[in-house]
Amino acid sequence: MPQPQPALHLAVALDGAGWHPAAWREAGARPQDLFTAAYWAGLVAEAEHGLLDFVTIEDSLGFQSSSPFAPDRRTDQVRGRLDAVQIAARVAPLTRHVGLVPTAVVTHTEPFHVSKAIATLDYVSGGRAGLRVQVSVRAHEAELFGRRAFPQLRLENPRDLETPEVRALVAEAFGEAADYVEVVRRLWDSWEDEAEIRDVATGRFVDRTKLHYIDFEGPHFRVKGPSITPRPPQGQPVVAALAHRSVPFELVGRSADIGFVTPRDAVQAEAITAEIRGHQAAAGRAAETVHILADLLVLLDDSEAKAADRRARLDARSDAAPAGDALAFTGTPAGLADLFEEWLAAGITGFRLRPATVPHDLEQITRRLVPELQRRGLFRTAYEAGTLRGLLGLPRPAGRYAASPAAPTTAAV
Amino acid sequence: MSKPLKQIHLAAHFPGVNNTTVWSDPAAGSQIDFSSFAHMARTAERARFDFLFLAEGLRLREQGGEIYDLDVVGRPDTFTVLAALAAVTDRLGLAGTINSTFNEPYEVARQFASLDHLSGGRAAWNVVTSWDAFTGENFRRGGFLAREDRYERARQFLDAAKVLFASWRGDEIAADKDSGVFLRDPDAGRFAHRVDQFDIRGRFNVPRSPQGRPVIFQAGDSEEGREFAASSADAIFTRHGTLEAGRAFYADVKGRLAKYGRAADELKILPGVTFVLGDTDAEAQEQALLIRRQQVSGQTALKFLEHVWNRDLSGHDPDGPLPEGDPLVGENTVARGRASVRMFRDPLATAAEWRALAEAKKLTSRELVIEVTGRQTFIGSPSTVAAALNEFVQTDASDGFILVPHLVPGGLDAFADTVVPLLQERGVFRTEYAGTTLREHLGLPPFGRPGATVRTEAGAAERTATAS
Repeated sequence: MPQPQPALHLAVALDGAGWHPAAWREAGARPQDLFTAAYWAGLVAEAEHGLLDFVTIEDSLGFQSSSPFAPDRRTDQVRGRLDAVQIAARVAPLTRHVGLVPTAVVTHTEPFHVSKAIATLDYVSGGRAGLRVQVSVRAHEAELFGRRAFPQLRLENPRDLETPEVRALVAEAFGEAADYVEVVRRLWDSWEDEAEIRDVATGRFVDRTKLHYIDFEGPHFRVKGPSITPRPPQGQPVVAALAHRSVPFELVGRSADIGFVTPRDAVQAEAITAEIRGHQAAAGRAAETVHILADLLVLLDDSEAKAADRRARLDARSDAAPAGDALAFTGTPAGLADLFEEWLAAGITGFRLRPATVPHDLEQITRRLVPELQRRGLFRTAYEAGTLRGLLGLPRPAGRYAASPAAPTTAAV
Repeated sequence: MSKPLKQIHLAAHFPGVNNTTVWSDPAAGSQIDFSSFAHMARTAERARFDFLFLAEGLRLREQGGEIYDLDVVGRPDTFTVLAALAAVTDRLGLAGTINSTFNEPYEVARQFASLDHLSGGRAAWNVVTSWDAFTGENFRRGGFLAREDRYERARQFLDAAKVLFASWRGDEIAADKDSGVFLRDPDAGRFAHRVDQFDIRGRFNVPRSPQGRPVIFQAGDSEEGREFAASSADAIFTRHGTLEAGRAFYADVKGRLAKYGRAADELKILPGVTFVLGDTDAEAQEQALLIRRQQVSGQTALKFLEHVWNRDLSGHDPDGPLPEGDPLVGENTVARGRASVRMFRDPLATAAEWRALAEAKKLTSRELVIEVTGRQTFIGSPSTVAAALNEFVQTDASDGFILVPHLVPGGLDAFADTVVPLLQERGVFRTEYAGTTLREHLGLPPFGRPGATVRTEAGAAERTATAS
């Protein structure tokens, strides 16, 4: 019997020493350890201690930069990172409940490889895998691969994103992302659950009628299938995308299980939610659960004043405040819980928190915010499911190629 | 003693999608569940093996236009399994095949550098190249290579990856909280590399990993393969399972190193070998035959003959004589996605040879296939096998072995429990890991740092001890 779902879903976004550019200089920070397994294992264990639904792990093909489209040569911020899928796999055997959602860039990589990597993450984690897809239209990241060229974009003011050239580029990149997710999902279903039969009498390891070509053809790739990896434990691992604007909202509505969105207030939250729900319905998915999680950068202390002081100290150490796609919340766990209640009423179903610093703000989430939410009856007091889909209230779907039991006529014997 | 004893290197190959993996045995477990990989990796580490190896295949095999269903089908993603295994082992090297045709150097270099960080210096890469359009149908660039271009592709791919690995010296990260300097060098990771296959530039975003770069393996016996290994690899996988063939190969490949300025022990030669153990030699021989019959069913024998005859033999009786008539000459259209098919360069001669053998020994089709394919390399009691392995290494037929068990997940257990202690007693195999990285296990010099040509202290100590 399905367990009751918590009133909200809570995730934490892990990235380096935290999301504030000066986070790595804080007293508790471990900047020398950012490239070690033990560092990541510790963070994910802390998230699991707080009963969070999942962690996301940021990634990018190129160097981090303080500018959205151009590289920089800064030496005063964290630079360098490890492959997020591998970080997730490395911590999977050390955890038991928390979902693991690494980022994968879809613009230059192969859907076949990413599909089997996430399927395998689902195996090594016992059904806790997700995939956060991210596009890259940065000219300097394309040069790392040397297979295609993108124009050098500038972002001096928001109008720069509205030129026809940029609109076309964004539409193409997200169109490719939608195709990519389609391929990844078809490959996950390309083995039916019961395909491996190990029938000693006939000598057959698989029933090949339960293996399916996916025959995908699109402008950017053709993929034949089937996957080399059997259908993963969750059937379909969870797909997520960060979305700021209409084109990505459509990707969430059409293709994702979770959208990360960045409203500045409850009114925007309501408008964004409505737009995504519209795309979801238009894609024929109205009956499916699609979570809309608001992203917030959080800086938490037990008093407003303390949090504000810490924010001021961090900002003073950095000429750039944290890049501002998500609202930055500086305050107390109780204050954040109040904001949650207001945004839940606007249609948001959960939150992905970006800790300004690690470990301080991560521990504020797991050890202060979570108990506050539990007191208000908004959050689980124990893990109620063994898979990420289970935690998110998503049923395990039947494979799209599996013969429907209601239509037995096509079953060839 | 005139010549110091060589130390044997041992590795385990997780059994794959060939008929050598017996899935029908009641003891056969999952080929996919992580518990199977963890079991074999822990066994290998308990026995102080150098590394565990995972092969790769990027398209399910087909025969006669249908997915081939008689062998194990399906496997997980190599990088993901290796990264997870790093969590359940401490010292064991973690090696995987990654194709250079259906990947780009930047992403593969990122993945191996990440694996090397996350495993504390235990990553190894077996560089292979495909040239078939059949596999290419699963990929964005779908492109395939002319057969003669594949080593050039592999060489350029590996060179490009090496440029990326070398783009960090190792001292760039200051992470000094007081001064606020995270990077000492504003251009850390910068690279630009242009050759016919690749034109890449920018900054590599993974700092230098513990080994500097993964250990590089190469597999393949061709002339180009040997030269590629001599110039670029740290270890070579071979198929030479006999003393004579092994010694000839060993002398040939080691002899090629000097012209690249490399010492003979900078390239390890590791044949992939199978083994069957029993309480006595006779019992092991009996067991070996049973396993061969499990590996080659009547249906499997027919499918194998189709590789040579290049036509549908589904109506043929495997327990009768070989098929009549000659093989169809020309492109092999029966089996796809299978490297072994290409081994039969001259199907007419192969068929004639087999027919003569079958007539001389009065063999059925199935018996012939059992006879000509994959008899286990080492069969016997633990002491017989330990002695044979040692002779192989001490007489320069190899530097060690990649053991291919026939069962998942327990196929290595008996070897670890019975043969390894005998090798340790002989003083030819480590009883504890002397180092933490795979390079150290393999006795390879540290890569690309000051004093790179100087052997590690651990390696030198090991040699001194065994020579005395």
